[in-house]
Amino acid sequence: MRVALMVTCVNDALFPDTGKAVVRLLRRLGVDVEFPAGQTCCAQPMVNTGYLDEAVPVVRTFVDAFAGYDAVVTPSGSCAGSARHQHAIVGRRSGDAVLQERIAEISPRVYELSEFLVDVLGVEDVGASFPHTVTYHPTCHSLRMLGVGDRPTRLLRAVRGLRLVDLPGAAECCGFGGTFAVKNADTSVAMGSDKARHVRETGAEVLVAGDNSCLMHIGGMLSRERSGVRVMHLAEVLAATEGVGA
Amino acid sequence: MTATFVGMPAFPTAARAALADTQLRANLAHATSTIRAKRAHVVAEVDDWEELRLAGAAIKDNTLLHLDEHLLRLEESLTAAGATVHWARDAGEAGRVVAEVARAHGVDEVVKVKSMATAEIDLNEHLAQEGIAAWETDLAELIVQLGEDLPSHILVPAIHRNRAEIRQIFLDHMAGAGRAAPADLTDEPARLAEAARLHLREKFLRAKVGVSGANFAVADSGTLVVVESEGNGRMCLTLPEVLVSVVGIEKVVPTWSDLDVFLQLLPRSSTGERMNPYTSTWSGVTPGDGPQEVHVVLLDNGRTRALADEVGRQALRCIRCSACLNVCPVYERTGGHAYGSVYPGPIGAILNPLLRGPGHDAQTDSLPYASSLCGACFEVCPVRIDIPSVLVDLRAQVVDAHRASGSRVPKPEALAMKAASLAFSSGSRLGAAERASGLVGRLLGLGRNRRTLPGGRGLLSRLPGPGARWTDARDLPQPPAESFRAWWKRTSGGRS
Repeated sequence: MRVALMVTCVNDALFPDTGKAVVRLLRRLGVDVEFPAGQTCCAQPMVNTGYLDEAVPVVRTFVDAFAGYDAVVTPSGSCAGSARHQHAIVGRRSGDAVLQERIAEISPRVYELSEFLVDVLGVEDVGASFPHTVTYHPTCHSLRMLGVGDRPTRLLRAVRGLRLVDLPGAAECCGFGGTFAVKNADTSVAMGSDKARHVRETGAEVLVAGDNSCLMHIGGMLSRERSGVRVMHLAEVLAATEGVGA
Repeated sequence: MTATFVGMPAFPTAARAALADTQLRANLAHATSTIRAKRAHVVAEVDDWEELRLAGAAIKDNTLLHLDEHLLRLEESLTAAGATVHWARDAGEAGRVVAEVARAHGVDEVVKVKSMATAEIDLNEHLAQEGIAAWETDLAELIVQLGEDLPSHILVPAIHRNRAEIRQIFLDHMAGAGRAAPADLTDEPARLAEAARLHLREKFLRAKVGVSGANFAVADSGTLVVVESEGNGRMCLTLPEVLVSVVGIEKVVPTWSDLDVFLQLLPRSSTGERMNPYTSTWSGVTPGDGPQEVHVVLLDNGRTRALADEVGRQALRCIRCSACLNVCPVYERTGGHAYGSVYPGPIGAILNPLLRGPGHDAQTDSLPYASSLCGACFEVCPVRIDIPSVLVDLRAQVVDAHRASGSRVPKPEALAMKAASLAFSSGSRLGAAERASGLVGRLLGLGRNRRTLPGGRGLLSRLPGPGARWTDARDLPQPPAESFRAWWKRTSGGRS
């Protein structure tokens, strides 16, 4: 099975440790993951802001990069959702039948990390160790666009030493929302501050989620509040082994 | 005493003002969380809820596909049953019909059943200009009307008010509109309801003309249906001699048996009840029973425009339950006024642009962006309107409308998107952009901030320009010294 890592533009530029964690984790599970160097972004920022013409060359780049792989794994529910549910919209906009065909081939092979681990590899215990109290935020696109369900928490519960505590109002959006975070900054911050308050209420040391953009928003707020709560991507927790933290 | 949404600022500006209103925030958080829990409880009781949703969506879609035929059938049935059918292209035409009916009977007042269609077309304001007072008789609509306020929710238009505020509105304004509130009125719900009942009873008994909307219009029997909780609707529909109903053309369902599905979906989604207390149905005129002159105004007002929108037409399935408002994290924090329409919340964010058209005005164009696209609305919608997908499609329509009109796209955003599109069109180009922006990011962090994020990473707490909209309230991690792509290349994917 040829497996490609779709690291996402946000992780590539701002959170390379998450990408490295996915590589470490997958190798530990026997998957020799490749990183197609031509990859850039899933085009979600353009699509969700309304710039479909601008999204067309980005999606073209995406299909060029990931053509021929059996599976494309990404540490982002949102970007997986974009590839699976929105690339067809961009394809229609392009009016290019070949591009539309290629999108239809690749889209169903894109997996969010927890889906790939549980559904494709069939593992829940990935051999990780992370002796901390953790709470988990199920990001909206993982939860409602992809329907990952309890896969991430099943993976977390199998981690050695990890204590998982419930997050109140977990299913409610954190308020990031892509360009929403700046176009409607006040509302975004009002939503985020409620999410941050719920995180603090749990007493957890670490907030875990499957999307670094949501974590950048909630974490930015937790940091501004001097809460001391750390945010970490699910991949980094699952990659951690005894004595080797993320 | 008219208030209007005309001239409202765009959503981000209106939302900022609403977010600063702590009373509003508290009232809404309390009200929406209560109704959310009630809905979740009664929906969980229904084993075939998903099948009901699919059936509701399918009935509406099939009806919309042949809307012209169903409307003509409805007109035929209504006419045969003794009703007079009027067709109104827009708010002005509908308002004129209602005013003419009122004038023909020489009245200067009408009593109203709660109705979104008449609120949408500002019917009360139209009638006021003709010297006709339109009295709202739904409790929440009465509160809004007496308070010279605007509705902020589809089902509970006074949801932004608490009972202490309602008591004050009754004390201050009831006397000017009819029977005064008792001087010793308290804010106990039973006392407030009693004051409203006494105030309204005079109007019910006096009015010669009633005005309503309809939740459903059954084509084959010519039956209109009003679903309500308080019984005020039943009073308005049965006591006056004349009844005028303003009905959106998307309210038609082909047959009586189709109601079965919707009368299960609507109350559970809307008020969180298994069945609503009052369901009134009437088919034209019944001699000797109820209004002896019945008019039905079939209203377009942008609906055929919405019907022509391939992605957006699903919004016409909406049965105005307001479940999407109650679960929306944006609505819960900003309230309804920020949306600048009688249709607030997620459904308003798609319905208003669909009825008016993208590029109509800046306020309407801001609505598709008033969402984090979290998808909670789609999850609860009883007729499965995929609101997030419609929002995304409307955003593209807004951008396209501005593209076509020349320079009206907000320049920095359009330029940023073009620049991103270019950078994201090639991996190597993106690598170069990352090196440059990472350097700038680390330079911005230099000497400014000794604080780190938990975990030890450096942070930026202040960005210049539009970036300040992020950093005003949120720290940002400093860009790393090396991107993932650069690391992979340097270490051969961590192998060296």
